[in-house]
Amino acid sequence: MNAWMLTLVTFFPLLGALIVLVLPEKRSTAMRWTAFLFSLATFGLSLWMLSMFDSSNPDLQLVTRLPWIRISTWTIEYHLGLDGLSVLLVLLTTFLTPIAILSTWTAVQERVKAFMAFFLLLEVGMTGVFLAQDLFLFYIFWEFSLVPMYFLIGIWGGPKRMYAAIKFFLYTMAGSLLMLLAILWLGISADTFSVPDLVASGNIPADIQTWLFLAFAAAFAIKVPMFPLHSWLPDAHVQAPTAGSVILAGVMLKMGTYGFLRFNIPLFPEAAVKFAPWMGALAVIGILYGAAVSFSQQDVKKLVAYSSVSHLGFVMLGLFALNTQGIQGGILQMINHGLSTGALFIIVGMIYERRHTREMDAFGGLWKIMPVYGTLALIVTLSSMGLPGLNGFVGEFTILLGSFGSEALGSVWFTALAAGGVILAAIYMLFMFQKLFLGKLDKDENKALKDINAREVLTLLPLIVLIFWIGLYPKPFFNLISPAVEQLTQLLQTAAMVVK
Amino acid sequence: MDGITLSAMLPALILIVWACALLIIDLFVPRKWEAITAQLAAVGILGALLVCLLQTGGQIVSPDGMIVADGYAAFLQVLFLFSGLIAIAQAYDYIRRTGIERGEYYILLLFTLAGMLIMAQSTNLVMIFLALEVLSIPLYVLSGFARPELASEESALKYFLLGAFASGFFAFGIAMVYGGTGFVGFEEIVSVLSAQEADLTLVLIGAGMILVGLGFKVAAVPFHMWTPDVYEGAPSSVTSFMSVGAKVAGFAALLRVFVAAFPDLAASWGAVIAVLASATMIWGNIAAIAQNNIKRMLAYSSIAHAGYMLMILPAAASEGVAASAVSGAIYYLLAYAVANLGAWGVVITLEKQEAKGLELDDYNGLFSRSPWLAAAMTIFLLSLTGVPPTVGFTGKFFIFKAVLDADLVWLALIGVAASLVSAFYYLRVVINMFMKPGEPEIRRSVLLQATVWVTALATLLLGIFPGSVLALAEKATMWLP
Repeated sequence: MNAWMLTLVTFFPLLGALIVLVLPEKRSTAMRWTAFLFSLATFGLSLWMLSMFDSSNPDLQLVTRLPWIRISTWTIEYHLGLDGLSVLLVLLTTFLTPIAILSTWTAVQERVKAFMAFFLLLEVGMTGVFLAQDLFLFYIFWEFSLVPMYFLIGIWGGPKRMYAAIKFFLYTMAGSLLMLLAILWLGISADTFSVPDLVASGNIPADIQTWLFLAFAAAFAIKVPMFPLHSWLPDAHVQAPTAGSVILAGVMLKMGTYGFLRFNIPLFPEAAVKFAPWMGALAVIGILYGAAVSFSQQDVKKLVAYSSVSHLGFVMLGLFALNTQGIQGGILQMINHGLSTGALFIIVGMIYERRHTREMDAFGGLWKIMPVYGTLALIVTLSSMGLPGLNGFVGEFTILLGSFGSEALGSVWFTALAAGGVILAAIYMLFMFQKLFLGKLDKDENKALKDINAREVLTLLPLIVLIFWIGLYPKPFFNLISPAVEQLTQLLQTAAMVVK
Repeated sequence: MDGITLSAMLPALILIVWACALLIIDLFVPRKWEAITAQLAAVGILGALLVCLLQTGGQIVSPDGMIVADGYAAFLQVLFLFSGLIAIAQAYDYIRRTGIERGEYYILLLFTLAGMLIMAQSTNLVMIFLALEVLSIPLYVLSGFARPELASEESALKYFLLGAFASGFFAFGIAMVYGGTGFVGFEEIVSVLSAQEADLTLVLIGAGMILVGLGFKVAAVPFHMWTPDVYEGAPSSVTSFMSVGAKVAGFAALLRVFVAAFPDLAASWGAVIAVLASATMIWGNIAAIAQNNIKRMLAYSSIAHAGYMLMILPAAASEGVAASAVSGAIYYLLAYAVANLGAWGVVITLEKQEAKGLELDDYNGLFSRSPWLAAAMTIFLLSLTGVPPTVGFTGKFFIFKAVLDADLVWLALIGVAASLVSAFYYLRVVINMFMKPGEPEIRRSVLLQATVWVTALATLLLGIFPGSVLALAEKATMWLP
């Protein structure tokens, strides 16, 4: 069983997608339930996977490794593996998918079949990205995950959905293709696509590392997105349907940061050390720029979208601190952002479903008529701005600690400026909360609004539980990731010596 | 003709004899039973396919060195015959409903197929020339099959004039090579070249002219001008077959000539073809963006694909890469053929009388009308873009592998940029099908739908499990003198 566990987790939603496809056209409720139960079962499977995972072991576990395509000297492998770097992200994916499906129960009424099928296919692609240990296999999952998301945005999105969908596709593909060439180059020079083997042999000359680093970074930086490659994100996020935004922000952006962590840093450690200050600088610019732009938004969803640019800047800063604390904080912050921003998009979706507008000026005083909604929204808002006791604080604090002591970044200015970003986050998040929930209930359209129902509470509740759990007792999460991170930082220390 | 040559050419001979027999049989077939000719033609192709499959493995070289039956030829011949079957299935309903059903259609198809088969196995420049004519002339007629429709007539005339022009170049090229080496057979040319007894200037000019001649056939920029008009004007079922068969045959010859006959001049022609490939990729893809007619768009897309395939030649020119480049090339030809035939199948499904239903806007709302057809078209377009998990991705992967193997990073970068551009216009169709409202009419015909399903399934399966076919492509080595 162990050998097939990861395959099962990855491809189980595919079964659900096939069942959804053969259901009769009019049975939309059955389709929703099928999709939801299959994604829930996948989450169950991933918990089973977690129970098999030995957190004290820094190496890949539950490995499946079979030859897939043989051509001349190459063997492309079907190679899946789980380690501390990916375990939380896999769980995040399987956790957020059922929630996203639940959040869209009444919002998507048309073409439910295709929606659910695409959604489950998307889960296959994303889980595969986090588990693939063969570059070719990884690339297939990486590109494949684009297609369902493209359709989710393009078919069920807002008024400018076609533009947003194609922009999303082209931006991502532009980076991916450069990565493809780098993957090919690695394959040709090392005769293997296996990531652990490539990391272990690790004899890529420094000047070539630079180029390969940049080619991989092109793909991942667009996905994260790092300033100045972020311009697809607000379009995609604002146009995407709620469930799409949840997954896009919650999981897909992490595919970019995970890519840096899994490929750029371990495969090209010397280049990573060399580029660390540059990446750090872009990360800090992203933090401040994202925050500033968020502050000036009128559309709540756009505000949340731009806040992602800022939050992902923190993650990048943590990763390129290239020390244990920074990377651990970075990974945890990926999860935190998935939870908080996912929850924020769901919250925005709830109000949009009721009022069909997201302009802040259209609201005010919602607390008075929607107290449950207001309370949950407040918790999520506070989590997103990093209030101590909630998850965001733990991640951001660890990252700042890491970047403060980072030799690779080499200056405390990164930390100082990033800390400024935390303050800005508090400003724009509270500003948004105030505009929506506080003040007078002076708009007639808002007076008749109903508070959120049991299903909606149920959608948010698991997220809130985790927000508190990570905020109050993050140790089990750190335990899962720390052995793998420590192994990675040892590799980086050697590289740093070489560079010096 | 001796026994060895006969057995080497057996599949092509079967087609020719069968086509001649059908010409006579067709006279006695009543008008309303015209379908019999189609069925008989398919039987002939199946027979040739059977012989082809039974023959694979060995390498037969005819005693006069004009014809070989090697793995390379066999792989491509199977591909041609498969496309031929699809072409019959696609034409079956289409030519009836457009009122151009005549038995000669299928007979001409058999003749042009025979030309393609011979093209893949010729190792003598004159043989290639003959094969080229055998394949081209029936295609000229087929392009004009919808006469007296003006567009079809124009298409045939343009194709004929430029085809004749190309043949002229090709023949002149042969003359030059003959002047430079004294031979037209590959084996003799190679030995004269490697003994350095040839007049290099003449041979180089000759090779250049052969390149121009075949460049017309595969629609490489700047010899592509005819393509959009001919593709648009010809009956769609003809275009479908032509865009695959004629192009693959052109490449079959191009690869063989430049890899087998002129390897010693690789340094000279490699750079030229690399530039040609870049221009073809860039222009094909950029011009495709501006098209609003699906036939023209697919025409430019096929030009762009000629560019990707041309990248193989400079890669094959560098030492030690030739073998893997050739197997990558034929795998890509397969990938292109499968997805392209499928896409044309969808075009034929949506086409209405008098060339209506061919604008990109006619695809609006196809998803709500027929979700599976829209899904199939999406698979084809994604494959042509090169997005995994489709065969188009695997094909492109191995093309870029060969190009990088040969250290042509700049060419790979241009190829990558061109692919990105292509995503834009392919996705435009997807957008229309899925995201815009509309009520397109579709023609349901069992055979036509079968071709769409078979190719869609092949596009996906060959993308996810390319192993076995890739192994075949790798074993399909080219005979080298």
